[in-house]
Amino acid sequence: MSAPATSALDTVERAAQTPEHPQPWSELGLKADEYARVREILGRRPTGAELAMYSVMWSEHCSYKSSKVHLRTFGEHLTEDMKASLMVGIGENAGVVDIGQGWAVTFKVESHNHPSFIEPYQGAATGVGGIIRDIMAMGARPVAVMDSLRFGAVDHPDTARVVPGVVSGVGGYGNCIGLPNIGGEVVFDPSYQGNPLVNALCVGALRHEDLHLANARGVGNLVVLFGARTGGDGIGGVSVLASETFDAGGPSKRPAVQVGDPFQEKVLIECCLELFHAGLVEGIQDLGGAGLSCATSELASAGDGGMLIHLDRVPLRDPSLAPEEILMSESQERMMAVVTPANVEAFLAVTARWDVEAAVLGEVTDGDHLVVQWHGETVVDVPPRTVAHDGPVYERPYARPASQDALQADAPTAARLARPAGGEELRATLLRMVASPNLCSRSWVTDQYDRYVLGRTALAMPDDAGVVRIDEESGLGVALSLDGNGRYARLDPRTGAQLALAEAYRNVAATGAKPLAVTDCLNFGSPEDPGVMWQFAEAVQGLALACEELGVPVTGGNVSLYNQTGDRGLDSAVLPTPVIGVLGVLDDVARRTPSGWREAGRNVYLLGTTRDELGGSEWAWAEHGHLGGLPPALDLAHERLLADVLVQCSRDGLVEAAHDLSDGGLAQALAESSLRFGVGARVWLDELCERDGIDPFVALFAESAGRALVAVPREEEVRFTDMCTARGLAHLRIGVTDAVAGEEPVLDVQGLFSVPLAELGAAHAATLPRHFG
Amino acid sequence: MSEGTRVGVVTFPGSLDDGDARRAVKLAGAEPVVLWHADADLRGVDAVVLPGGFSYGDYLRCGAIARFAPVMGEVVRAAGAGMPVLGICNGFQVLCESHLLPGALVRNDHQRFLCKDQRLRVESSATAWTSAFAPGQEITIPLKNGEGGFVADEATLDRLEGEGRVVFRYLEGNPNGSLRDIAGISNERGNVVGLMPHPEHAVEELFGPGLDGLGLFASVLSAGLRAVSA
Repeated sequence: MSAPATSALDTVERAAQTPEHPQPWSELGLKADEYARVREILGRRPTGAELAMYSVMWSEHCSYKSSKVHLRTFGEHLTEDMKASLMVGIGENAGVVDIGQGWAVTFKVESHNHPSFIEPYQGAATGVGGIIRDIMAMGARPVAVMDSLRFGAVDHPDTARVVPGVVSGVGGYGNCIGLPNIGGEVVFDPSYQGNPLVNALCVGALRHEDLHLANARGVGNLVVLFGARTGGDGIGGVSVLASETFDAGGPSKRPAVQVGDPFQEKVLIECCLELFHAGLVEGIQDLGGAGLSCATSELASAGDGGMLIHLDRVPLRDPSLAPEEILMSESQERMMAVVTPANVEAFLAVTARWDVEAAVLGEVTDGDHLVVQWHGETVVDVPPRTVAHDGPVYERPYARPASQDALQADAPTAARLARPAGGEELRATLLRMVASPNLCSRSWVTDQYDRYVLGRTALAMPDDAGVVRIDEESGLGVALSLDGNGRYARLDPRTGAQLALAEAYRNVAATGAKPLAVTDCLNFGSPEDPGVMWQFAEAVQGLALACEELGVPVTGGNVSLYNQTGDRGLDSAVLPTPVIGVLGVLDDVARRTPSGWREAGRNVYLLGTTRDELGGSEWAWAEHGHLGGLPPALDLAHERLLADVLVQCSRDGLVEAAHDLSDGGLAQALAESSLRFGVGARVWLDELCERDGIDPFVALFAESAGRALVAVPREEEVRFTDMCTARGLAHLRIGVTDAVAGEEPVLDVQGLFSVPLAELGAAHAATLPRHFG
Repeated sequence: MSEGTRVGVVTFPGSLDDGDARRAVKLAGAEPVVLWHADADLRGVDAVVLPGGFSYGDYLRCGAIARFAPVMGEVVRAAGAGMPVLGICNGFQVLCESHLLPGALVRNDHQRFLCKDQRLRVESSATAWTSAFAPGQEITIPLKNGEGGFVADEATLDRLEGEGRVVFRYLEGNPNGSLRDIAGISNERGNVVGLMPHPEHAVEELFGPGLDGLGLFASVLSAGLRAVSA
């Protein structure tokens, strides 16, 4: 079976001689004009291997061809101020931020949505593995992961297939590689049925001098592939080519979902760090989507010369793979490094010590072409930039959907949706809400994740943000939060994206960390639908403007389109879901603020103002299945002020606990802060209702932005209120934490209702185990 | 004398909590020493910790490959001569596979990985790793594993109980189906101890459920002192 592979080898020479040879460009996803452009660039038809490279690198996933024109907005709104702590911005494997004391952190969120629907465990596991390699490629030690997960309706039969697989995949990879999972989200909504969203974030730490970039510089430097062997996994559509190149009887359909090996990646991390610290690496790139095609073309186009690769030197798991398949394979746990000839022996000694296989594939050349040979015959000869960067750019048509007006007009007014009134109804509503799929306890998920490994975790879920220590001596650390709200974005994509940013920003500030930088994962439906494209354009615009106003730059991220099943326009697309990660810095994680109450007798203050804002709220959805109206209004100057005050409170030790108000409003925040350590509270709403002109239902369940709940010790109360007054931040004492020895703790909303924490906690905890075992 | 106590922490490929174990040793006042799986050399240490993780990926049976690592021959020899050896989680599995401890660890009965703060009772303070605890003392340290169910035949379980070699027992519910709620055991001599929960994750106030884990590492300091003065 090996003979035909060579005889049918589609070399550059053969391609030049057979211009009319029919090629399966359409099956590989290229459009007619894109194929024509490849021929124009090369001045001949591409070889099979070249066609494979262009088709995968020009795919939506790799080229951002539909989103690129909009993503430029982020650069246009990047001020000098925002650049101050930015060491590496958008475009590299991940952004890098200076956090002081000679330390930098790199972080990024990425999607693995489609593979996770097809094969939940491996799809999710390799999503985690892939983002970890992006962080390693910057020269950093990965220190924590997070995951933002969205599934179909909680009681749909297929959700019971996808959820356990995805959760054990995220856990299986992260636990086995030894990275703490410090937070994230789990959301259920029917729009994600058939289109689950699996977004994984990794953060890594490095000393400034250890920063590495993905480029191949220095003629004569060697190109080394190391890590796992290359197999047939993740080839997907390229098998079309393979079956064309081979005679009948050759390898047929290849698995399109990659298989992960976290043990191999753990060893690869330690091996890479040893290589970095020994100064043996000139440039480095991870192998993810599009495998060797991506790594070679990106390294070469970011370098100062060309590159020659001997593809037959790639260590293979399956010796029958054709050149095209080797170029396309998305086998996991592989890295590519550029190494000087003088260092290569030492490099290979380190890889051998870790039992990591390595092969010198080729070298940086003085030409400007990427040349790939197969047993001495040239199968690829291309300008690397045309593969990696000069892909097609689409100005997709976009238009505000005609139905948007009606959606926004359908506000959840008291006339439209029945509201609970009186103590009994409010109490029953609270108990149903804390048990609803999107507000119930996430422990069933998060208890499957190791949050302790590495001994750096100062806060993890269910706190507002994850906090990890970076420097053991000084206590310098970072906080991270990952948030999104697809319902808000459906009602108004611009404000929805901004609200997601504001929530993550507020969560980070609630722990006492100063927000510094942003990563985003933009999950949308088909870009070929003008309505979806409008959602995307609006969300990006909104995000860029809000980042500028909050002074936090987007450092990188990922766009995932085509999250859509069926052809019912917007109704078959997922809710537009920008997931935003915000990173903040704490000079000393010892002063981080937790979200739960530990002591009785602390005054509970509500910061910010509450309005009758229930559009897109959890209450409207969980109690009435309603989505309509406008999302809560956003005042970014107020968000900035609130964050400043929360950071100041942590610095000056004025608060013992702080919890952001978001989904589920004040009621949910009160429940969570009291359930955390079983400390109850007496709460009164009269003053709040009078000040803000609202009723108790709105006070408890509205989702107005820019609010937080803090617990203030009596001795700090004057300083705390003085500071709020001086800064002009609305603050109101609405209760006191309460625990009487020997008595059952309760959450008591005076004059309305009282709930024992045991009852509240049981309702909160039961939902996910009931559905998923 | 205890200031000079050197505690080795073995790093296998796939060890994950080796750094945490070294930190715990240091916080307890001893000197941590890195031991490499491929070197048949204990570098003159006074005690050894086999840390948690997934040695060699645990693709066969947890700990089944690690027991053949060159360093393990030395660990087995030293343990036979009375050196204190502690196996945590994966390290416990390695000790069972190496026959330094009886029984085996199997998949959690609920089939899921579980990470939680676990309440334990120290059933025996007559081992090299628990002498700093009061008998019956209750402690809280993290538990995190997918294969933590301790099993052994009835006769072995009876012998362990009868000889006071059940060192830690789960309280407030059995988290993984371990027989007789057993969380940790020792060998006859009391110098080799294995447990599933992670004392090295409870040694700093901010980075775990408390300081209860320190007791294990403090114990070995006085054990080391006894060995030296004996």
